[in-house]
Amino acid sequence: MNLWIWILAACAISYLTKLAGYLVPARLMENPRMTRVAGTLTIGLLASLTAVNTFSSGQSLALDARLAALAAAAVALWLRAPFLVVVLAGAGAAAVARLLGAP
Amino acid sequence: MLSFLSIAGIDPEVKCTDRSAYAWPVKFSRSPAVRVGLSIAVATGLYGISFGALSVASGLDVLQTLALSLLLFSGGSQFAFIGVVAGGGSGAAAMSASALLGIRNAVYGMQMNAMLRPRGWRRLAAAQVTIDESAATATGQTVPQERARGFWVAGVGIYILWNMFTLVGALLGNALGDPAQWGLDGAAVAAFLGLLWPRLKAREPAAIAVVCALVTLLTVPFVPAGVPILVAAAVAALLGWLNVGPSGEGLEPDVEPYPVEGRR
Repeated sequence: MNLWIWILAACAISYLTKLAGYLVPARLMENPRMTRVAGTLTIGLLASLTAVNTFSSGQSLALDARLAALAAAAVALWLRAPFLVVVLAGAGAAAVARLLGAP
Repeated sequence: MLSFLSIAGIDPEVKCTDRSAYAWPVKFSRSPAVRVGLSIAVATGLYGISFGALSVASGLDVLQTLALSLLLFSGGSQFAFIGVVAGGGSGAAAMSASALLGIRNAVYGMQMNAMLRPRGWRRLAAAQVTIDESAATATGQTVPQERARGFWVAGVGIYILWNMFTLVGALLGNALGDPAQWGLDGAAVAAFLGLLWPRLKAREPAAIAVVCALVTLLTVPFVPAGVPILVAAAVAALLGWLNVGPSGEGLEPDVEPYPVEGRR
């Protein structure tokens, strides 16, 4: 139940963020710094989420089957595979690595 | 208007090479923007399957998963929310990561407002479907009517398909059972790398990504789960504030609507 509160709060923030773009005066558009921060935030957060999901296990770092997923996804992306294929490659690599005895 | 296009990193002159082949205004059924909007809707909507499956694997139930797709509706932010929860982070950390990743939607909102000038209920509806792909589809067109068509067809099309396929993925994830056995944790890794990848077209964004990944790993042992992502966000915001990289970096769609005619 507790998670519901955060889910609904995240949904409300998301909509209000989008709507804010339609309501602020157009001259704020002239400020490239706002746009740049929005862009670097996006890159930094996605890189951070990739790192956490690959290497962290609670509060410790771990090398396990997820590393194989990261490598397989990178190869698939490099070969310009569509998003779903990339995700399946990651899942397949992790599952196979575990079958072969990886933690 | 040119400034809005350049902020999105788009040169209007290189888009839509074949414009001369159309006589304006074109019918809805023959509109190039509608065609692009539909194909981007199918490509993006389909990967709602992976969101649905991963969301259930991360511990959310089917209803919570559907709520994120219906109400939050922004792929990166939705993946961020479940990514933090999957890593053992608190609901507050998940909400914060999702909110920070959604800030670029405000930038798209400003661009779309300047371009389309929606009024009344249309403005409220436009806000909800303002995401990477609908904004990119609109900015890729040069004629006002085509911009509006591209935005609405991509936005509403993705909304419908994304939610349908989220449900399919969530039910599939529920049926799969043990997530680790099927490599679903590996699928999450691949999903985040897949979201990041199109944004690493130059040296500066790649450097920002490396720095933020390192900051994350260095802080993991010392702070509660979920917080390292927020530390990395603060570093990324600081780098942007201190003028690292051009202003369009990071504002690319996950699925590029104009892969051939466009900039890549």
